[in-house]
Amino acid sequence: MALETAYIQENLSKKFGNNVLNFEMKRDIFSFEATSETIHEVIQTLKEDESLNFHFLTDLTGIHFPDNDENHQFAVVYQLHNWVENVRIRVKTFLPDPAEVDTITDLFLCANWMEREAWDFFGINFKGHPQLKRILNMDEMISHPMRKEFPMEDSGRTDKDDRFFGRTVSNN
Amino acid sequence: MSDLLLPPEHRYAKIIEQSRNEDGSEFSILNLGPTHPATHGIFQNILLMDGERILDAEPTVGYIHRAFEKIAENRPFYQINVLTDRMNYCSSPINNMAWWMTVEKLLNIEVPKRAQYLRVIVMELARITDHLICNSILGVDTGAYTGFLYVFQFREKVYEIYEEICGARLTTNMGRIGGFEREWSPKAFELLNTFLVEFPVAWKEFENLFERNRIFIDRTVNVGPITAEKAMQYGLTGPNLRAAGIDYDVRVAQPYSSYEDFEFTVPVGKSGDTYDRFCVRNAEVWESLSIIRQALAKLPEGPIHADVPDYYLPPKEDVYTNMEALIYHFKIVMGEVPVPVDEIYHAVEGGNGELGFYLITDGSRTPYRLKFRRPCYIYYQAYTEMIKGGMLSDAIVILSSLNVIAGELDA
Repeated sequence: MALETAYIQENLSKKFGNNVLNFEMKRDIFSFEATSETIHEVIQTLKEDESLNFHFLTDLTGIHFPDNDENHQFAVVYQLHNWVENVRIRVKTFLPDPAEVDTITDLFLCANWMEREAWDFFGINFKGHPQLKRILNMDEMISHPMRKEFPMEDSGRTDKDDRFFGRTVSNN
Repeated sequence: MSDLLLPPEHRYAKIIEQSRNEDGSEFSILNLGPTHPATHGIFQNILLMDGERILDAEPTVGYIHRAFEKIAENRPFYQINVLTDRMNYCSSPINNMAWWMTVEKLLNIEVPKRAQYLRVIVMELARITDHLICNSILGVDTGAYTGFLYVFQFREKVYEIYEEICGARLTTNMGRIGGFEREWSPKAFELLNTFLVEFPVAWKEFENLFERNRIFIDRTVNVGPITAEKAMQYGLTGPNLRAAGIDYDVRVAQPYSSYEDFEFTVPVGKSGDTYDRFCVRNAEVWESLSIIRQALAKLPEGPIHADVPDYYLPPKEDVYTNMEALIYHFKIVMGEVPVPVDEIYHAVEGGNGELGFYLITDGSRTPYRLKFRRPCYIYYQAYTEMIKGGMLSDAIVILSSLNVIAGELDA
């Protein structure tokens, strides 16, 4: 019995109503969004509901969307995997700036460093994390370098200007 | 407190102070790393020790963090390949192929069978070198230098094969979007066939030296065990997970690059200790050899790359003589290739486990966000728990049996 995406959607919608939204098949992975208030419960349901059984956290990452509206500035993406049925699922939650979301370290031990990395790179605050401090960058750093406002290259350089290749920065 | 290396507000300082006042026991602090010959890379662990026993450890990572994810956001796709080389540098071709496969998945490119089979061959060669280094260095860490000397020359032989294929040895930057940059030379196949004859003999000898060696068994059995439940919780994948008894392998679960065409078994261990990890890697080397033989036997004729002029560089002589080829060449080198808006995740079985690329594009020439799922980074969290209660010398053995590669850890 394969785990059907329609079943996952129905099961979650019944429990969380409007807090889970935008279900869609993104290539080979079923994805949806959850509100930041319910994300912990959604992940817990995905993990502990025996008919869903997404028991493995493949990845957790942050993304910065500076061009979105103020409630969608950051996203935290959780990728879960059910090894028994071999089904992957992707859950996103969008956050305003300053970003704050419940930790899932109580559900998955491996979320610990993944959340620290997201904090380090994006400044996303995981409430309830046992030791939320920088991990890859040095402690003295004050910025969160993966945010889009930090340019990587010297802005004085002109040889890599997109206008010279018939494009603008926004690619229109 | 003057004898401490740590600031007085550190939690270990408090623990030492407390236990000294309670029952007079003298705990000490040991700095393992950041640079130490026994750690094979830059890892720091602050250990809280009771004599020779480890009570607790605090790992620090990030010593060779090079901000690959940030750099990747500013590079066209073909330039990101060189970043993937430098993650798990013991098996660069796997990272390279994984990256090309991610891009091909994004662009819906179907790679010809021949290229897929050759990719399988080179990925399995990389897996062999990865496991070879891990296991032979594990031998060195337990005091057996001979095994290492027996097999290490074969890494050199594999590097010679890489050199024939792509011109580079360690950081290979192999392949292109759509396939390989050139047909493999007859010399490459010749070297590969010689390797397939000579290496199994040495590997058998290596196994015989270790698998029933009293000293080795004493040093590794029941050292750093991890239960299957804990292994899943800590996000272990690859040989370290399989040693704990779970048969999850991306090659079987989500076959890529025609892995479904080959017969192989997924070796699993039982207790997840250092010895099981060693044995699982040993067994995987045999499976890899068998996959390479099958791929060579079934190797189809045909093109070495997909017909995608938008992404695949035209032959150099055409660039000099043919207008169209020149335009394509220019556009590809400048990174001006059509890229759809999409979001994909592609995973392969790397040397250490599930190596995943989570790629978000917004239609511009660079990724909007690229996240590397680096198996080392995730499973190194379990290290603290594995070494607790063990001896200092066990900590070294466990570290090398986990095969933590600094480049992959820190990206």
